[in-house]
Amino acid sequence: MIMIIGFFLFTFLVLAIVGYAVTGGLSSVAIAVLITLATTWGAYWKSDVIALRMSRAVEADETEYARYHNLVEGLCIASGLPKPRLYVIEDDSPNAFATGRNPKNSAIAVTTGLFKKMNRLELEGVLAHELSHIKNYDILVNTMAVTMVGLLALVADFTFRFMWLSGHRRRGHHDGPDPTAIIAIVGIILLVLAPIIAKVMQYAIGRQREALADLSAVEITRYPPGLISALEKLKADDTIVRSGSRATAHMWIEEPMAQVEADGNLSRINRLFATHPPLDERIAALREL
Amino acid sequence: MLWVLLILLVIVVAAIFFVFSSYNGLVRARNRVEEAWAQIDVQLKKRYDLIPNLVETVKGYASHEKETLEAVISARNAGMNASSPAEQANAENQITGALKSLFAVTEAYPDLKANTSFLHLQETLTGVEDKIAYSRQYYNDSVNKYNTKTEVFPGVLIAGAFNFNKREYFEAEGDARGPVQVEF
Repeated sequence: MIMIIGFFLFTFLVLAIVGYAVTGGLSSVAIAVLITLATTWGAYWKSDVIALRMSRAVEADETEYARYHNLVEGLCIASGLPKPRLYVIEDDSPNAFATGRNPKNSAIAVTTGLFKKMNRLELEGVLAHELSHIKNYDILVNTMAVTMVGLLALVADFTFRFMWLSGHRRRGHHDGPDPTAIIAIVGIILLVLAPIIAKVMQYAIGRQREALADLSAVEITRYPPGLISALEKLKADDTIVRSGSRATAHMWIEEPMAQVEADGNLSRINRLFATHPPLDERIAALREL
Repeated sequence: MLWVLLILLVIVVAAIFFVFSSYNGLVRARNRVEEAWAQIDVQLKKRYDLIPNLVETVKGYASHEKETLEAVISARNAGMNASSPAEQANAENQITGALKSLFAVTEAYPDLKANTSFLHLQETLTGVEDKIAYSRQYYNDSVNKYNTKTEVFPGVLIAGAFNFNKREYFEAEGDARGPVQVEF
């Protein structure tokens, strides 16, 4: 919750300062409030639908995917959660993600590749990991983060174009240090930094939460070897999710764009922007239990 | 004088608020325990319902595995007619064991292994076994949380005053606790 409020305030602040700097009027601050509210509202209610549609997920049939349904039902009993909606993605790469806004309105999507490559216990580990994301409300934080990052990037882009067109409009109002000029400079700096800050925040949250979800998953199944061997299989597998995009990267159990770490270790910059801790670290953490 | 009254008022309000929230917390925890207990029953019943179907399906392909089939049925009936919790736990363990040997026997019948309704039954039963184990785990977790609430300091006062008694854990009886025996 704090994360969401933080993201909300951050976005709002940037929008308000930028709006004020560019147009010099308080009315733009009001517009900033409206835009932030509208996007937050949209993200809250519709993000799961959008995320599922973006990855071309279809609802999992109860008889065809009986094992999937059974495993999730069992895990829900163990954790006291309601059963999420279950989806399947036609894709050979093994991966999975969870989305939604709260446990009652949540969904898990799994690729067909995961079913092919994992045995029952490994599958259970992966599903427990996804269920932990739901239990810990990571799904909400994630979707909110994506929306805010997207919004900030959009606004930054738009404002630069706008300033380019009307750059000389407010010159020569006063003599001496102009308070609006200072705000304008702050605004521009914020504008440049905001998408980057937001991204780093998103990634930092993502990494922390992945590690936490691994531990919570084991707390549900009481069987670390299941998840460990699932993660090892994910590590060994080098197919890439076709339907994954940068925008949804942080939602999957394994980073879908794993080719960046093909050469073994991530560089320091890459690590800053990685949504997941390296699989080796995650496996090692589980081994210590 | 006014200050003293105000402070007293704040203390009283805080105390009432504390009693309410502590009481509600205990009630919630106790309800969760009861819900968890009911969930175990739901899963056990589901297993009783599935067993006759399974036996019928297997009979069609492996009719001369009579003993194994009968062991499953008698274990199921014992579970349904059990009168004490200990008896029940014993019967449930027998069912689990009988099902295991039934599935082991079916390995020798490729036709049966290719039957989709058998495969579906097998998957469902494995799922139910998991769910039984998980519902016990959840029950014990809930009992643990509830009992802790009735024992830790502020809660213990409320629990004592309103008769929130401690609950018992669900423990595996007899066979389930002993060492696993492998038979060849």
